[in-house]
Amino acid sequence: MEPLSNKKKVLDVKPLTLAEKMYLPAIAKGMAITMSHFFKKKVTIRYPEQQREFSENFRGMHSLKRDEDGRERCTACGLCALSCPAEAITMTAAERQKGEENLYREEKYAAVYEINMLRCIFCGLCEEACPKEAIYLDGPIVPSDTLRKDFIYGKDKLVEAPLNQ
Amino acid sequence: MLTDLYIKIALVVVIFAISLLIAMYSTYAERKVAAFLQDRLGPDRAGPWGILQPAADGMKMFMKEEIIPTRATGFLFIVGPSLAIMTACIGSAVIPWGQKLVIGSTTIDLQVTDINVGILYIFGVVSLGVYGIMIGGWASNNKYSLLGAIRAASQNISYEISMGLSIIALLMVTGTLSLREIAEQQHGWHWNIIYQPVGFVLFLICAFAETNRSPFDLPECETELVGGYHTEYSSMKLGFYLFAEYINMFISSAVMVTLYWGAYNYPGMDYIAAHFGANASVILGVVLMFMKIFLFIFFFMWVRWTIPRFRYDQLMDLGWKGLIPFAIANIVVTGLVIVLYHHS
Repeated sequence: MEPLSNKKKVLDVKPLTLAEKMYLPAIAKGMAITMSHFFKKKVTIRYPEQQREFSENFRGMHSLKRDEDGRERCTACGLCALSCPAEAITMTAAERQKGEENLYREEKYAAVYEINMLRCIFCGLCEEACPKEAIYLDGPIVPSDTLRKDFIYGKDKLVEAPLNQ
Repeated sequence: MLTDLYIKIALVVVIFAISLLIAMYSTYAERKVAAFLQDRLGPDRAGPWGILQPAADGMKMFMKEEIIPTRATGFLFIVGPSLAIMTACIGSAVIPWGQKLVIGSTTIDLQVTDINVGILYIFGVVSLGVYGIMIGGWASNNKYSLLGAIRAASQNISYEISMGLSIIALLMVTGTLSLREIAEQQHGWHWNIIYQPVGFVLFLICAFAETNRSPFDLPECETELVGGYHTEYSSMKLGFYLFAEYINMFISSAVMVTLYWGAYNYPGMDYIAAHFGANASVILGVVLMFMKIFLFIFFFMWVRWTIPRFRYDQLMDLGWKGLIPFAIANIVVTGLVIVLYHHS
Protein backbone atom coordinates (compact mmCIF):
# COMPACT_ATOMS: atom_id res chain seq x y z
CA MET A 1 0.00 0.00 0.00
CA GLU A 2 1.23 3.45 -0.86
CA PRO A 3 1.82 5.48 2.27
CA LEU A 4 -0.28 8.61 2.52
CA SER A 5 2.57 10.94 3.37
CA ASN A 6 5.09 9.60 0.85
CA LYS A 7 7.57 9.41 3.69
CA LYS A 8 9.73 6.37 3.78
CA LYS A 9 11.23 4.88 6.89
CA VAL A 10 14.11 2.54 6.19
CA LEU A 11 14.37 -0.18 8.80
CA ASP A 12 17.94 -0.77 9.81
CA VAL A 13 18.36 -4.18 11.41
CA LYS A 14 22.06 -4.69 11.73
CA PRO A 15 23.25 -7.63 13.83
CA LEU A 16 24.37 -6.56 17.30
CA THR A 17 28.01 -5.71 17.71
CA LEU A 18 30.02 -7.38 20.43
CA ALA A 19 29.75 -4.36 22.71
CA GLU A 20 25.98 -4.38 22.28
CA LYS A 21 25.78 -8.09 23.00
CA MET A 22 27.66 -7.57 26.24
CA TYR A 23 24.85 -5.33 27.55
CA LEU A 24 27.22 -3.77 30.05
CA PRO A 25 28.23 -0.64 28.03
CA ALA A 26 24.57 0.11 27.39
CA ILE A 27 23.79 -0.44 31.05
CA ALA A 28 26.62 1.89 32.05
CA LYS A 29 25.20 4.51 29.73
CA GLY A 30 21.77 4.15 31.26
CA MET A 31 23.24 4.39 34.75
CA ALA A 32 25.00 7.61 33.77
CA ILE A 33 21.71 9.04 32.56
CA THR A 34 19.86 8.20 35.75
CA MET A 35 22.75 9.52 37.82
CA SER A 36 22.62 12.84 36.00
CA HIS A 37 19.00 13.11 37.10
CA PHE A 38 20.01 12.60 40.73
CA PHE A 39 21.37 16.13 40.89
CA LYS A 40 18.79 17.89 38.75
CA LYS A 41 16.30 20.34 40.12
CA LYS A 42 13.31 18.52 41.55
CA VAL A 43 9.91 19.24 40.07
CA THR A 44 7.96 18.26 43.18
CA ILE A 45 5.47 20.78 44.54
CA ARG A 46 4.78 20.21 48.24
CA TYR A 47 1.06 20.52 47.70
CA PRO A 48 -0.82 21.86 50.69
CA GLU A 49 1.86 24.43 51.50
CA GLN A 50 2.94 25.21 47.96
CA GLN A 51 0.46 25.50 45.16
CA ARG A 52 1.05 25.23 41.50
CA GLU A 53 0.39 28.36 39.49
CA PHE A 54 -2.41 27.82 37.04
CA SER A 55 -2.32 29.05 33.49
CA GLU A 56 -4.26 32.19 32.58
CA ASN A 57 -7.12 30.31 30.98
CA PHE A 58 -7.53 27.76 33.75
CA ARG A 59 -11.19 27.04 34.42
CA GLY A 60 -11.95 26.31 38.05
CA MET A 61 -14.94 26.72 40.32
CA HIS A 62 -17.68 29.09 39.19
CA SER A 63 -18.34 32.37 40.87
CA LEU A 64 -21.35 34.64 40.48
CA LYS A 65 -20.06 38.19 40.24
CA ARG A 66 -21.22 41.43 41.79
CA ASP A 67 -21.04 44.80 40.08
CA GLU A 68 -19.07 47.81 41.32
CA ASP A 69 -21.83 48.67 43.83
CA GLY A 70 -21.87 45.18 45.27
CA ARG A 71 -25.11 44.13 43.58
CA GLU A 72 -25.53 40.67 42.04
CA ARG A 73 -25.17 40.84 38.29
CA CYS A 74 -27.18 37.72 37.49
CA THR A 75 -30.66 38.35 36.12
CA ALA A 76 -31.69 34.73 35.93
CA CYS A 77 -32.09 34.85 32.16
CA GLY A 78 -31.25 31.15 31.96
CA LEU A 79 -28.82 31.41 29.04
CA CYS A 80 -26.09 29.71 31.02
CA ALA A 81 -28.39 26.79 31.83
CA LEU A 82 -29.40 26.63 28.19
CA SER A 83 -25.84 26.63 26.91
CA CYS A 84 -24.68 24.05 29.44
CA PRO A 85 -24.02 20.78 27.57
CA ALA A 86 -23.97 18.79 30.79
CA GLU A 87 -27.19 20.36 32.07
CA ALA A 88 -25.58 21.10 35.37
CA ILE A 89 -27.14 24.50 36.02
CA THR A 90 -30.61 25.10 37.39
CA MET A 91 -32.14 28.31 38.69
CA THR A 92 -35.34 29.85 39.96
CA ALA A 93 -36.01 33.47 39.06
CA ALA A 94 -37.65 35.97 41.39
CA GLU A 95 -38.73 39.60 41.11
CA ARG A 96 -36.84 42.30 42.91
CA GLN A 97 -38.90 43.94 45.68
CA LYS A 98 -38.81 47.55 46.80
CA GLY A 99 -35.78 48.25 48.93
CA GLU A 100 -33.68 45.50 47.41
CA GLU A 101 -32.13 47.77 44.79
CA ASN A 102 -28.81 47.61 46.57
CA LEU A 103 -28.83 43.80 46.38
CA TYR A 104 -29.72 43.02 42.78
CA ARG A 105 -28.84 45.02 39.72
CA GLU A 106 -31.93 44.37 37.62
CA GLU A 107 -35.62 43.74 38.28
CA LYS A 108 -35.21 40.00 37.98
CA TYR A 109 -32.70 37.95 39.94
CA ALA A 110 -31.92 34.34 40.72
CA ALA A 111 -33.51 33.32 43.99
CA VAL A 112 -32.01 29.87 43.68
CA TYR A 113 -28.97 29.19 41.55
CA GLU A 114 -27.47 25.72 41.66
CA ILE A 115 -24.65 24.04 39.81
CA ASN A 116 -24.21 20.31 40.09
CA MET A 117 -20.44 19.96 40.28
CA LEU A 118 -20.65 16.25 39.54
CA ARG A 119 -22.12 17.04 36.15
CA CYS A 120 -20.14 20.14 35.29
CA ILE A 121 -17.43 19.56 32.72
CA PHE A 122 -15.84 23.00 33.06
CA CYS A 123 -16.27 23.75 29.38
CA GLY A 124 -16.81 27.43 30.04
CA LEU A 125 -19.85 27.80 27.80
CA CYS A 126 -21.90 29.35 30.63
CA GLU A 127 -19.24 32.00 30.93
CA GLU A 128 -19.46 32.71 27.22
CA ALA A 129 -23.26 32.64 27.12
CA CYS A 130 -23.77 35.09 29.98
CA PRO A 131 -24.83 38.50 28.62
CA LYS A 132 -24.36 40.17 32.01
CA GLU A 133 -20.82 39.02 32.74
CA ALA A 134 -22.20 37.46 35.88
CA ILE A 135 -20.59 34.05 35.87
CA TYR A 136 -16.89 33.25 35.60
CA LEU A 137 -14.96 30.04 36.10
CA ASP A 138 -12.13 31.78 37.87
CA GLY A 139 -12.19 29.91 41.18
CA PRO A 140 -9.92 27.24 42.60
CA ILE A 141 -10.22 23.48 42.03
CA VAL A 142 -13.56 22.21 43.32
CA PRO A 143 -12.82 20.58 46.68
CA SER A 144 -13.54 16.93 47.27
CA ASP A 145 -16.47 15.70 49.33
CA THR A 146 -18.00 12.44 50.45
CA LEU A 147 -21.72 12.91 49.77
CA ARG A 148 -23.26 13.46 46.37
CA LYS A 149 -25.67 16.05 47.70
CA ASP A 150 -22.80 18.22 48.84
CA PHE A 151 -21.67 18.67 45.26
CA ILE A 152 -24.74 20.70 44.38
CA TYR A 153 -23.43 24.18 44.91
CA GLY A 154 -25.98 26.85 45.75
CA LYS A 155 -25.65 30.60 45.89
CA ASP A 156 -24.01 30.39 49.31
CA LYS A 157 -20.95 28.88 47.68
CA LEU A 158 -21.09 30.55 44.30
CA VAL A 159 -21.78 34.23 44.88
CA GLU A 160 -18.77 36.45 45.39
CA ALA A 161 -18.25 37.87 48.85
CA PRO A 162 -19.88 41.33 49.29
CA LEU A 163 -17.62 44.29 48.67
CA ASN A 164 -17.76 45.80 52.14
CA GLN A 165 -16.59 42.75 54.00
CA MET B 1 36.91 -16.98 79.01
CA LEU B 2 33.54 -15.82 80.29
CA THR B 3 34.26 -12.23 79.27
CA ASP B 4 34.98 -13.56 75.79
CA LEU B 5 31.51 -15.04 75.74
CA TYR B 6 29.96 -11.79 76.90
CA ILE B 7 31.86 -9.88 74.25
CA LYS B 8 30.66 -12.31 71.59
CA ILE B 9 27.05 -12.03 72.71
CA ALA B 10 27.29 -8.25 72.76
CA LEU B 11 28.81 -8.34 69.27
CA VAL B 12 26.03 -10.58 67.98
CA VAL B 13 23.40 -8.24 69.38
CA VAL B 14 25.13 -5.17 67.99
CA ILE B 15 25.52 -6.68 64.53
CA PHE B 16 21.89 -7.80 64.50
CA ALA B 17 20.78 -4.36 65.56
CA ILE B 18 22.96 -2.70 62.95
CA SER B 19 21.77 -4.93 60.14
CA LEU B 20 18.13 -4.40 61.09
CA LEU B 21 18.67 -0.65 61.36
CA ILE B 22 20.43 -0.52 58.02
CA ALA B 23 17.72 -2.64 56.41
CA MET B 24 15.11 -0.31 57.91
CA TYR B 25 16.76 2.76 56.52
CA SER B 26 17.43 1.02 53.22
CA THR B 27 13.70 1.04 52.63
CA TYR B 28 13.72 4.77 53.22
CA ALA B 29 16.85 5.24 51.14
CA GLU B 30 15.33 3.22 48.34
CA ARG B 31 12.38 5.56 48.13
CA LYS B 32 14.60 8.60 48.35
CA VAL B 33 17.02 7.33 45.71
CA ALA B 34 14.15 6.38 43.43
CA ALA B 35 12.68 9.82 43.84
CA PHE B 36 15.97 11.59 43.23
CA LEU B 37 16.70 9.59 40.12
CA GLN B 38 13.25 10.53 38.83
CA ASP B 39 13.49 14.24 39.67
CA ARG B 40 11.16 13.91 42.64
CA LEU B 41 11.66 14.54 46.35
CA GLY B 42 10.42 11.31 47.91
CA PRO B 43 9.06 10.92 51.43
CA ASP B 44 9.55 14.11 53.43
CA ARG B 45 6.52 14.31 55.72
CA ALA B 46 7.38 12.05 58.69
CA GLY B 47 9.98 13.96 60.66
CA PRO B 48 12.64 16.21 59.13
CA TRP B 49 13.36 15.00 55.55
CA GLY B 50 11.04 12.12 56.28
CA ILE B 51 13.54 10.23 58.43
CA LEU B 52 10.76 8.76 60.58
CA GLN B 53 9.25 7.16 57.50
CA PRO B 54 10.56 3.63 58.27
CA ALA B 55 8.95 3.81 61.72
CA ALA B 56 5.68 4.93 60.17
CA ASP B 57 5.87 2.14 57.60
CA GLY B 58 6.59 -0.41 60.31
CA MET B 59 3.69 0.87 62.40
CA LYS B 60 1.41 0.56 59.41
CA MET B 61 2.59 -3.00 58.74
CA PHE B 62 1.86 -4.03 62.33
CA MET B 63 -1.56 -2.39 62.42
CA LYS B 64 -2.82 -3.95 59.20
CA GLU B 65 -5.28 -6.81 59.21
CA GLU B 66 -3.55 -10.16 59.02
CA ILE B 67 -5.17 -12.46 56.51
CA ILE B 68 -4.38 -16.16 56.20
CA PRO B 69 -6.32 -17.60 53.26
CA THR B 70 -8.53 -20.58 54.24
CA ARG B 71 -7.05 -22.76 51.52
CA ALA B 72 -3.50 -21.96 52.51
CA THR B 73 -1.32 -24.41 54.37
CA GLY B 74 -1.40 -22.65 57.73
CA PHE B 75 1.85 -23.78 59.29
CA LEU B 76 4.01 -23.37 56.21
CA PHE B 77 2.34 -20.04 55.50
CA ILE B 78 3.84 -18.73 58.74
CA VAL B 79 7.16 -20.54 58.38
CA GLY B 80 7.85 -18.96 54.97
CA PRO B 81 8.47 -15.36 56.00
CA SER B 82 10.20 -16.39 59.23
CA LEU B 83 12.61 -18.54 57.28
CA ALA B 84 13.24 -15.75 54.79
CA ILE B 85 14.17 -13.24 57.45
CA MET B 86 16.12 -15.73 59.56
CA THR B 87 18.36 -16.87 56.73
CA ALA B 88 18.89 -13.26 55.76
CA CYS B 89 20.04 -12.41 59.30
CA ILE B 90 22.40 -15.29 60.06
CA GLY B 91 24.63 -14.53 57.08
CA SER B 92 26.21 -11.71 59.07
CA ALA B 93 27.91 -14.16 61.46
CA VAL B 94 31.06 -14.79 59.43
CA ILE B 95 31.69 -11.34 57.99
CA PRO B 96 34.78 -9.64 59.42
CA TRP B 97 33.66 -6.11 60.22
CA GLY B 98 37.08 -4.99 61.33
CA GLN B 99 40.40 -6.01 62.76
CA LYS B 100 40.90 -6.79 66.43
CA LEU B 101 40.30 -3.96 68.86
CA VAL B 102 42.61 -4.01 71.88
CA ILE B 103 41.25 -2.31 74.99
CA GLY B 104 43.53 -2.79 78.02
CA SER B 105 44.07 -6.52 78.25
CA THR B 106 40.96 -7.61 76.40
CA THR B 107 40.94 -8.17 72.68
CA ILE B 108 37.70 -7.67 70.82
CA ASP B 109 37.52 -9.54 67.55
CA LEU B 110 35.12 -7.66 65.30
CA GLN B 111 33.78 -10.83 63.75
CA VAL B 112 31.24 -13.11 65.35
CA THR B 113 32.97 -16.28 64.29
CA ASP B 114 35.93 -17.00 62.04
CA ILE B 115 35.17 -20.39 60.57
CA ASN B 116 37.62 -21.67 57.99
CA VAL B 117 34.85 -22.30 55.44
CA GLY B 118 33.37 -18.81 55.71
CA ILE B 119 32.48 -18.47 52.04
CA LEU B 120 30.85 -21.88 51.94
CA TYR B 121 28.80 -20.93 54.99
CA ILE B 122 27.61 -17.77 53.22
CA PHE B 123 26.70 -19.79 50.15
CA GLY B 124 24.82 -22.32 52.25
CA VAL B 125 22.83 -19.63 54.03
CA VAL B 126 22.07 -17.74 50.84
CA SER B 127 20.79 -20.85 49.11
CA LEU B 128 18.60 -21.60 52.13
CA GLY B 129 17.01 -18.19 51.60
CA VAL B 130 15.14 -19.44 48.57
CA TYR B 131 13.24 -21.87 50.83
CA GLY B 132 11.51 -18.93 52.46
CA ILE B 133 10.22 -17.76 49.10
CA MET B 134 9.53 -21.27 47.84
CA ILE B 135 7.55 -22.29 50.93
CA GLY B 136 5.70 -18.98 50.96
CA GLY B 137 4.69 -19.36 47.33
CA TRP B 138 3.68 -22.98 47.82
CA ALA B 139 1.75 -22.50 51.06
CA SER B 140 -0.29 -19.61 49.63
CA ASN B 141 -2.15 -22.07 47.41
CA ASN B 142 -2.24 -19.48 44.68
CA LYS B 143 -0.98 -20.24 41.21
CA TYR B 144 0.55 -16.80 40.74
CA SER B 145 2.45 -17.11 43.99
CA LEU B 146 3.60 -20.56 42.99
CA LEU B 147 4.81 -19.28 39.63
CA GLY B 148 6.77 -16.55 41.39
CA ALA B 149 8.26 -19.07 43.78
CA ILE B 150 9.24 -21.40 40.96
CA ARG B 151 10.88 -18.54 39.10
CA ALA B 152 12.77 -17.62 42.26
CA ALA B 153 13.95 -21.19 42.74
CA SER B 154 15.16 -21.74 39.19
CA GLN B 155 16.75 -18.29 39.09
CA ASN B 156 18.64 -18.89 42.32
CA ILE B 157 19.87 -22.30 41.20
CA SER B 158 21.05 -20.95 37.85
CA TYR B 159 22.90 -17.99 39.28
CA GLU B 160 24.31 -19.86 42.26
CA ILE B 161 26.38 -21.88 39.78
CA SER B 162 28.07 -18.96 38.11
CA MET B 163 28.45 -17.27 41.49
CA GLY B 164 30.28 -20.35 42.77
CA LEU B 165 32.45 -20.45 39.65
CA SER B 166 33.37 -16.78 39.94
CA ILE B 167 34.34 -17.42 43.56
CA ILE B 168 36.58 -20.33 42.56
CA ALA B 169 38.76 -17.98 40.51
CA LEU B 170 39.01 -15.75 43.55
CA LEU B 171 39.90 -18.67 45.78
CA MET B 172 42.70 -19.62 43.38
CA VAL B 173 44.18 -16.18 44.06
CA THR B 174 43.62 -16.12 47.82
CA GLY B 175 44.12 -19.78 48.60
CA THR B 176 41.73 -19.76 51.56
CA LEU B 177 38.02 -20.02 52.30
CA SER B 178 38.16 -18.04 55.53
CA LEU B 179 36.70 -14.57 55.11
CA ARG B 180 39.01 -13.22 57.83
CA GLU B 181 42.09 -14.40 55.97
CA ILE B 182 40.79 -13.09 52.66
CA ALA B 183 40.25 -9.72 54.31
CA GLU B 184 43.73 -9.76 55.86
CA GLN B 185 45.37 -10.57 52.53
CA GLN B 186 43.98 -7.38 51.01
CA HIS B 187 46.02 -5.28 53.44
CA GLY B 188 46.49 -1.67 52.32
CA TRP B 189 45.43 -1.38 48.73
CA HIS B 190 45.97 -4.97 47.55
CA TRP B 191 42.28 -5.35 46.93
CA ASN B 192 41.11 -8.41 45.04
CA ILE B 193 39.23 -6.27 42.53
CA ILE B 194 42.64 -5.53 40.98
CA TYR B 195 43.33 -9.23 40.45
CA GLN B 196 39.83 -10.39 39.69
CA PRO B 197 37.89 -7.66 37.83
CA VAL B 198 35.95 -10.08 35.62
CA GLY B 199 35.21 -12.32 38.55
CA PHE B 200 33.88 -9.34 40.44
CA VAL B 201 31.52 -8.33 37.64
CA LEU B 202 30.23 -11.89 37.44
CA PHE B 203 29.83 -12.04 41.20
CA LEU B 204 28.02 -8.70 41.20
CA ILE B 205 25.52 -9.83 38.58
CA CYS B 206 24.91 -13.06 40.47
CA ALA B 207 24.50 -11.14 43.72
CA PHE B 208 21.73 -9.13 42.10
CA ALA B 209 20.03 -12.36 41.09
CA GLU B 210 20.52 -13.99 44.49
CA THR B 211 19.00 -11.06 46.36
CA ASN B 212 16.10 -10.96 43.87
CA ARG B 213 16.83 -7.35 43.08
CA SER B 214 15.95 -5.69 39.83
CA PRO B 215 16.70 -6.50 36.99
CA PHE B 216 16.38 -10.02 38.38
CA ASP B 217 13.24 -9.45 40.46
CA LEU B 218 11.22 -12.09 38.67
CA PRO B 219 9.78 -13.69 41.83
CA GLU B 220 7.72 -10.57 42.30
CA CYS B 221 6.09 -8.93 39.35
CA GLU B 222 2.75 -7.19 39.49
CA THR B 223 2.24 -7.11 35.76
CA GLU B 224 2.64 -10.83 35.22
CA LEU B 225 1.94 -12.47 38.56
CA VAL B 226 -0.54 -10.16 40.31
CA GLY B 227 2.11 -9.72 43.00
CA GLY B 228 4.47 -12.65 42.95
CA TYR B 229 5.38 -15.15 45.65
CA HIS B 230 3.92 -12.85 48.31
CA THR B 231 0.55 -12.18 46.65
CA GLU B 232 -1.42 -13.72 49.55
CA TYR B 233 0.64 -12.15 52.31
CA SER B 234 -0.48 -9.19 54.34
CA SER B 235 0.64 -7.09 57.31
CA MET B 236 3.97 -7.90 58.93
CA LYS B 237 4.36 -11.25 57.18
CA LEU B 238 4.61 -9.36 53.92
CA GLY B 239 6.83 -6.91 55.78
CA PHE B 240 9.18 -9.75 56.72
CA TYR B 241 9.55 -10.77 53.10
CA LEU B 242 10.27 -7.24 51.95
CA PHE B 243 12.54 -6.65 54.91
CA ALA B 244 14.47 -9.87 54.24
CA GLU B 245 15.29 -8.52 50.79
CA TYR B 246 16.90 -5.44 52.32
CA ILE B 247 18.87 -7.45 54.87
CA ASN B 248 20.03 -9.69 52.04
CA MET B 249 21.11 -6.64 50.14
CA PHE B 250 23.14 -5.42 53.12
CA ILE B 251 24.76 -8.81 53.72
CA SER B 252 25.61 -9.38 50.08
CA SER B 253 27.09 -5.88 49.87
CA ALA B 254 29.19 -6.76 52.91
CA VAL B 255 30.31 -10.01 51.26
CA MET B 256 31.25 -8.21 48.06
CA VAL B 257 33.22 -5.62 49.98
CA THR B 258 34.98 -8.35 51.96
CA LEU B 259 35.82 -10.48 48.96
CA TYR B 260 36.70 -7.88 46.36
CA TRP B 261 36.86 -4.36 47.71
CA GLY B 262 39.40 -4.82 50.47
CA ALA B 263 36.99 -5.25 53.41
CA TYR B 264 38.17 -2.91 56.17
CA ASN B 265 41.51 -2.22 54.48
CA TYR B 266 42.45 1.14 53.06
CA PRO B 267 45.63 2.66 51.66
CA GLY B 268 47.85 4.13 54.37
CA MET B 269 46.42 2.09 57.23
CA ASP B 270 49.91 1.29 58.51
CA TYR B 271 50.68 4.99 58.68
CA ILE B 272 47.51 5.66 60.68
CA ALA B 273 48.28 2.73 62.99
CA ALA B 274 51.82 3.95 63.58
CA HIS B 275 50.94 7.59 64.23
CA PHE B 276 47.49 7.51 65.86
CA GLY B 277 47.42 4.10 67.50
CA ALA B 278 46.23 0.72 66.32
CA ASN B 279 42.66 1.19 67.60
CA ALA B 280 42.19 4.39 65.59
CA SER B 281 43.22 2.53 62.47
CA VAL B 282 40.80 -0.32 63.28
CA ILE B 283 37.88 2.03 63.89
CA LEU B 284 38.62 3.96 60.70
CA GLY B 285 38.68 0.61 58.91
CA VAL B 286 35.25 -0.30 60.26
CA VAL B 287 33.88 3.08 59.22
CA LEU B 288 35.33 2.71 55.74
CA MET B 289 33.97 -0.81 55.48
CA PHE B 290 30.48 0.52 56.19
CA MET B 291 31.01 3.35 53.72
CA LYS B 292 31.85 0.81 51.04
CA ILE B 293 28.80 -1.23 51.98
CA PHE B 294 26.59 1.84 51.74
CA LEU B 295 28.02 2.60 48.32
CA PHE B 296 27.09 -0.90 47.22
CA ILE B 297 23.59 -0.58 48.64
CA PHE B 298 23.26 2.66 46.74
CA PHE B 299 24.53 0.88 43.65
CA PHE B 300 21.85 -1.79 44.07
CA MET B 301 19.20 0.94 44.16
CA TRP B 302 20.75 2.88 41.31
CA VAL B 303 20.57 -0.21 39.12
CA ARG B 304 17.02 -0.96 40.21
CA TRP B 305 15.78 2.41 39.03
CA THR B 306 17.70 2.25 35.76
CA ILE B 307 17.29 -1.18 34.21
CA PRO B 308 14.01 -2.88 33.35
CA ARG B 309 13.26 -6.43 34.42
CA PHE B 310 14.53 -9.33 32.31
CA ARG B 311 12.15 -11.56 30.46
CA TYR B 312 12.30 -15.04 31.93
CA ASP B 313 13.95 -16.75 28.94
CA GLN B 314 16.46 -13.91 28.68
CA LEU B 315 17.29 -14.44 32.33
CA MET B 316 17.95 -18.13 31.78
CA ASP B 317 19.93 -17.39 28.60
CA LEU B 318 22.12 -14.92 30.42
CA GLY B 319 22.70 -17.23 33.35
CA TRP B 320 23.51 -20.42 31.49
CA LYS B 321 24.88 -19.23 28.15
CA GLY B 322 26.50 -16.01 29.28
CA LEU B 323 27.72 -16.05 32.83
CA ILE B 324 28.73 -19.69 33.26
CA PRO B 325 31.03 -19.80 30.19
CA PHE B 326 32.51 -16.48 31.23
CA ALA B 327 33.10 -17.73 34.74
CA ILE B 328 34.81 -20.87 33.45
CA ALA B 329 36.97 -18.82 31.08
CA ASN B 330 37.86 -16.61 34.02
CA ILE B 331 38.99 -19.65 36.00
CA VAL B 332 41.15 -20.86 33.10
CA VAL B 333 42.75 -17.46 32.56
CA THR B 334 43.36 -17.02 36.28
CA GLY B 335 44.98 -20.45 36.40
CA LEU B 336 47.22 -19.66 33.42
CA VAL B 337 48.29 -16.35 34.92
CA ILE B 338 49.10 -17.95 38.25
CA VAL B 339 51.17 -20.70 36.57
CA LEU B 340 53.06 -18.23 34.38
CA TYR B 341 53.65 -15.89 37.30
CA HIS B 342 55.09 -18.64 39.44
CA HIS B 343 57.39 -19.87 36.68
CA SER B 344 58.81 -16.53 35.70
